[in-house]
Amino acid sequence: MTDTTQSASSSEALLIVLRHPPHGSSWLREGIDVALVAAAFGREVELLFQGDGVFALLEGQAAGALDQKGTHPQLKMLEMYDIERLWVSQRDLDRRGLTVDDLMLPVTTLDPDGVAALHAARPLSLIF
Amino acid sequence: MLSYALLVHAAPYSTQGALSALRFAEAAIARGHRVETVFFYHDGVHNASTLMAPPQDEVHLGERWKRLGETAQTALLVCVAAGLRRGIVDGTEATRHDLAQYSVEPPFELTGIGQLVDAVLTHDRLITFPP
Repeated sequence: MTDTTQSASSSEALLIVLRHPPHGSSWLREGIDVALVAAAFGREVELLFQGDGVFALLEGQAAGALDQKGTHPQLKMLEMYDIERLWVSQRDLDRRGLTVDDLMLPVTTLDPDGVAALHAARPLSLIF
Repeated sequence: MLSYALLVHAAPYSTQGALSALRFAEAAIARGHRVETVFFYHDGVHNASTLMAPPQDEVHLGERWKRLGETAQTALLVCVAAGLRRGIVDGTEATRHDLAQYSVEPPFELTGIGQLVDAVLTHDRLITFPP
């Protein structure tokens, strides 16, 4: 599964790492904002969901709770921005009792070695 | 010699991140490197507040950033979207949003996230300073 991270064509892609859940802070929203702007500027953008960031993809999220807009409407716009490579840490899904079937978008899972390989293959990355 | 961009997420005084970013910038410049861009995002936008007034026996982060901007020609860029939400606005934005006050003055400059993407691409290194 890690060989997909090695493709030379993506070495200039901007990797945005999302490590925070949808609610409770603005980290996720402000991270996704950077991804969308970079894509709008014509950069190839990939997202890696790590740690509690995997909750961002959970299907069935509601807006309105906590007087926050939520971030799932932003994630539904990813395809429109041609952001289609979504990486997810399998270990972090496992630790939270989740599977890819619980997620709202198609993703590629990575084991810990795969996450490390992805980081090594993407010199341009921003971590949120 | 390298050209650096810094991405500051840390609010001033709340955590060490903002002061670490400033100290890194000063040290890098002292060693002959260039720190061409500092981008303030997330709670880091508060570093740009001209209204901060720390006790006199403490580091004045706002003044130190300003000095960096003036002496090293470092661009001090503040995300406008993150800033507006947090009350970090310059005169132009204050007028546009019908606000009675503003909190950002040169050399700090409100700008868009596109400038952060540019910074990633145009410097040898970008270093993030989280809270």
